[in-house]
Amino acid sequence: MSLLSVRDLTVSIGATQPVGEVSFDIARGETFALVGESGCGKSMTALALMRLLPNAARIAGGAIRFGGDDLLVRSEAEMRTVRGGKIGMIFQEPATSLNPVLTVGAQIEEALRLHAGGDALAKVVELLAAVGIPDPERRAGEYPFQMSGGMKQRVMIAMALAGEPELLIADEPTTALDVTIQAQVLDLLHELKTQRGMALLLITHDLGVVARMADRVGVMRDGRLVEVAARADFFRAPAHPYSRALFDALPENLDPPEQKSAPAGRQALLEVRDLRVHFPIRRGLLQRAVAQVKAVDGIELALAAGRTLALVGESGCGKTTAGKAILGLLDKTEGEVALDGAPLTGLVPDRMQMVFQDPFGSLDPRMRVGEIVAEGNRSVDIAGLLEHVGLDAGMAERYPHEFSGGQRQRIAIARALAVNPALLICDEPTSALDVSVQAQVLRLLADLQARLDLAYLFITHNIAVVDYLAHEVAVMYLGRIVERGTTGEVLRSPRHPYTQALLAAVPKLHGEPGEKLLVPGDPPSPANPPSGCHFHPRCPHTTTRCREAYPGAAAISDSHFVACHFPS
Amino acid sequence: MLAYLIRRLLYALPILIGVNVITFALFFVVNTPDDMARMQLGVKRVTPEAIEKWKAERGYDKPLFWNASAQGAKKLSDTIFFAKSVRMFALDFGRADDGRDIAREIGLRMGPSLAVAVPVFVLGLFAAISFALLLVYFRATYLDFAGVVLCVAMMSISGLFYIIGGQWLVSKVWHLVPISGYAEGLSAAKFVILPVIVSVLAGIGSSARWYRTIFLEEYTRDYVRTARAKGLAERFVLFRHVLRNALIPILTGAVVVIPTLFMGSLLIEAFFGIPGLGSYTIDAINAQDFAVVRAMVFIGSALYIVGLLLTDISYTLADPRIRLQ
Amino acid sequence: MKPVLLWSDALFFLLIAAALAGALWASRIPQLRQSWRKVGESRTGMAAAVLLLAFLGVAVLDSLHYRERLPGEGENYAVEVRSALDALLTGLRTRTERTYSAPLATHSFAKESLDGEVGRDFPRLVYGGAHLGGDPAGQGTDLLARTVQGLGTGLLAWFALWLALAPLRRRVPGLAWHAAFLTLLGLCLSAGVVAMLAQGYHVLGTDKVGQDVLYLTLKSIRTGLLIGTLTTLIMLPAAVALGLLAGYAGGWVDDVIQYLYTTLNSIPGVLLIAAAVLMMQVAIDTHPEWFATAAERADARLLALCAILGITSWTGLCRLLRGETLKLRELEYVQAARSLGVAHARILARHILPNVMHIVMIAIVMDFSGLVLAEAVLSYVGIGVDPNTISFGTMINTARMELAREPMVWWSLAAAFIFMFALVLAANLFADVVRDAFDPRAAR
Repeated sequence: MSLLSVRDLTVSIGATQPVGEVSFDIARGETFALVGESGCGKSMTALALMRLLPNAARIAGGAIRFGGDDLLVRSEAEMRTVRGGKIGMIFQEPATSLNPVLTVGAQIEEALRLHAGGDALAKVVELLAAVGIPDPERRAGEYPFQMSGGMKQRVMIAMALAGEPELLIADEPTTALDVTIQAQVLDLLHELKTQRGMALLLITHDLGVVARMADRVGVMRDGRLVEVAARADFFRAPAHPYSRALFDALPENLDPPEQKSAPAGRQALLEVRDLRVHFPIRRGLLQRAVAQVKAVDGIELALAAGRTLALVGESGCGKTTAGKAILGLLDKTEGEVALDGAPLTGLVPDRMQMVFQDPFGSLDPRMRVGEIVAEGNRSVDIAGLLEHVGLDAGMAERYPHEFSGGQRQRIAIARALAVNPALLICDEPTSALDVSVQAQVLRLLADLQARLDLAYLFITHNIAVVDYLAHEVAVMYLGRIVERGTTGEVLRSPRHPYTQALLAAVPKLHGEPGEKLLVPGDPPSPANPPSGCHFHPRCPHTTTRCREAYPGAAAISDSHFVACHFPS
Repeated sequence: MLAYLIRRLLYALPILIGVNVITFALFFVVNTPDDMARMQLGVKRVTPEAIEKWKAERGYDKPLFWNASAQGAKKLSDTIFFAKSVRMFALDFGRADDGRDIAREIGLRMGPSLAVAVPVFVLGLFAAISFALLLVYFRATYLDFAGVVLCVAMMSISGLFYIIGGQWLVSKVWHLVPISGYAEGLSAAKFVILPVIVSVLAGIGSSARWYRTIFLEEYTRDYVRTARAKGLAERFVLFRHVLRNALIPILTGAVVVIPTLFMGSLLIEAFFGIPGLGSYTIDAINAQDFAVVRAMVFIGSALYIVGLLLTDISYTLADPRIRLQ
Repeated sequence: MKPVLLWSDALFFLLIAAALAGALWASRIPQLRQSWRKVGESRTGMAAAVLLLAFLGVAVLDSLHYRERLPGEGENYAVEVRSALDALLTGLRTRTERTYSAPLATHSFAKESLDGEVGRDFPRLVYGGAHLGGDPAGQGTDLLARTVQGLGTGLLAWFALWLALAPLRRRVPGLAWHAAFLTLLGLCLSAGVVAMLAQGYHVLGTDKVGQDVLYLTLKSIRTGLLIGTLTTLIMLPAAVALGLLAGYAGGWVDDVIQYLYTTLNSIPGVLLIAAAVLMMQVAIDTHPEWFATAAERADARLLALCAILGITSWTGLCRLLRGETLKLRELEYVQAARSLGVAHARILARHILPNVMHIVMIAIVMDFSGLVLAEAVLSYVGIGVDPNTISFGTMINTARMELAREPMVWWSLAAAFIFMFALVLAANLFADVVRDAFDPRAAR
């Protein structure tokens, strides 16, 4: 008999139905992944299982049976023994999901007292150790803000485990985390699940995560469950057209752009030499700068017209700061940015433009699309430009809030193109988009490059996107470039241990569950970087030399450079 | 931490100087001492001699900033600015028009002011937080709705009516406590009780409603969902999680007024005949005693700045995010 | 007749014109139109708006000032400045009794020794119930008749308004018109009854010098509204300009502006107002030649009070705007504008200002009720409006002494209470609705 059995579950908010007639089962010890794009109702389904829906939403029909027990007829008080006791839950944002003014120990203890009892403090330490938090005695007395994102998610997991639940619901548990940390947390979840014989309901948008974790898969779309299948079957031959569309939209499955093999070896359009951006840390009586956060600490880049250079790295590595400093939005501390060989001192609006990450924050809500597009160049042909990026000319009279994320990103691209720049700095332009929309925007970018001979400096953390679009790649770690080369060189034969770890941490569609690949620990703070090679505390090959000296760039080929003492 | 406090303290100094300059400008630059004299002595029948005499009595007969006729340092110190403004930093406020020493008078009157203001502060805060908690616990019910309506209605009534209504009902109709007056020691209670109740009632509407919104905003945070997912009962979610977070802005926000409690309340003290600093100020305003008003402005600002300082300190104590960084 | 434009009138009309222009501008921007629509869809919002509009109507009438031409040859005008409202209420204004009389009374409130009789009795009022003749026994039926008549007239007036506003209702469907017309009905009925009764009686009694209390209360409305609105108008430009500048420019500009508002903010408001009013009093009293009429002097004092209240109250809004601008400055559309080479002034005007307008809007309506309440307290303390200006504060101030009389004279206070409560409650409710509609956080 299955542990959880959901039949025709329907959730309504007013007249709308975010979840409609969803039915699935989860067996004991099984991992069931619920996949879908944003707004498909997967999180709402999870909250409905716990009966924790927001005030406006209510369960309009169906049945939820847990271990043979109908959860929908239980009283609120009985439901509380289920929450945390029988079913644990962790959320997407570890940063906000913990109470900021209580120590993590107190928060775990609270869950223990509700569902277990016994020697609470010893158990707290035990749980923290179980989720892989080093020095658990000390950490139990700390507040959430003193921990990194990955650590906070581990604490969340420890808290959910306190009641020894039979089912753990993980709602996008790694979406807010970097890819190396994601790998750690996914491994931890898999390990705990196997150890404790717990069932896992994993909610995610990432097919790679599904491939890595799930036993069975459910695909949701517009509140409906359109396909349920075993993992092997699902990845071999997805049955539903929507599932197939999801696979086809993945960057690794897109047809490569025509221009991809095009002009190498042209003269550099953009040259960045020894770029540094430091922010002072002010302390003490007179607020003197006692130290520097070296957000960007001496990077070298070169990019030719019509080509794409991807700047890759995890959050906090300084890639966005570097982009803004190159554009001139931020003052550089040192170094030189040259365009067509001429050093720049400020913004050059007609040559270099930027496309930002957040499609909702990058358009002024009080301006018409036409005004937005023409902001940099008032004599531009608005209609022509909008059609150029795949929008209707008639949309010029409308306001941004009427558009979807993908359309907004097209508007932002049109705005940047209005001034006919030679170089676009794209700061994670697709990371806030669903995978199908991401595919369209990527195709548009590739198409524009071919037609307009544009150069892209493409800032991203998404390796698959890099593989699709970029000619060259530079990998950043803690403000410095650790490896750069052509896309083939860096992605196919990475030489730096960090690049290797980064690539290995990306969940693969055809991987096996529970595959082991790890970089331990969290990235250090740029305010206080480790001595010698920045990566040495997490590197598997560390020697004394690594601890003492930062490695210079070693050339592997004409185009491939690695900053490592022992390029493997 | 210590460096931080010292820095805050140093930051307070220019503000105090700024206040001093503003007050000086207000009292001596907008109007000349001659204007003041003419006004006090009656505009029509005033002789130049009378004006000179009035000014000399009060020390307003000196130059404003620079005394060219004096010797040495006295060129600076024997001026109105120095005598009337700079000396306030040393708590030397001069004499009131009735000849009494203002600093001494202030010392005498602080007690009665505090006797009313402290209970009002403590009870008011307690009552408003409790009421807000009640509304939040029953949020989105008719009780909550009725409570909010009551709050809005209560804050739409002028404080004057609370006082007049309270005096009329409690003192005149029910004869429970004297209508106004004050006595030293324990017997002050019967004079203080009515003004305290009236003040608390007058303030509860707006503060309870405000605290309610703070609580409700805290309810939208993710950690509340986490607490519920643990299986925590609603009252524990409120008291252990929401209250603790919401109290940080509420209490630290309240701290700023603690020092200014010394100043008393103008309105309450005037109505109930409490011989505190509030009624002192009002009497001075009505008698157009410039020296007293000036002194009160300065003290009020200084106390407010102390309040800002206390707020900073209480923040660092209450919020672990600030305390430990 | 010679029209007189007092400074406060000019500013008040300017404010109304600005509000209309702002409304026109807002109607072109979908987000703002949407927000105002939300206000209109709220029953509370519409009811409160109708009440506020009624108060506004009284204040506008009371702001059309003129000086009457004196009978006789030549261009001689009366010293008193009157308003359209005064002209409308000539009856109420001129029918003064000798002293106190209770609402709807026919006889004076206090016994006096009457001519030609032994002992003391309540003298007959000169105007109150005069049409009843010597025998006030028929007062009950007379009151009833007038009430019915008033209800009828009110109903008719309401129906006329209902017809007149029908096109508007059709043009903007979906708003809470029911609530609006229900409130209007209540207003029309009570106004009708009061108007009918007022022709023969003092509906709210008379005060110590025999002035009709209803007249005084109606006159107080302008003062309250003026203080509530002009103060904001005066402080708004400075608060907005400095707030945006501090947030956008940062650096030493930010430091200076922050210092400025912290310093002003640290002076206790009442004391700063007291000191400033005291000094202003000196200036006004020592320069009587500045003002042609008593009305102008009172007006100057009213405006000065608005200015002082404005100086003490701009800091809050300024701080809010600074914070919001700091946030907006980092937003991607502002960064995008900067990378497109748009000038700072243009970014401030096109991107920042429109996106903080909702905060300004909320601040204006939220401050209003507080200012009306503050006027009463300040006038009571003696640092408010000119003692000759009719306002809620001065009314309460005089009425307070009367409570001590035996038997009590309660009607002045009750009248001030009812009108002030209605005004402030309507303002508070309206402010709530506006805040909910405009605050993006409340929308979630």
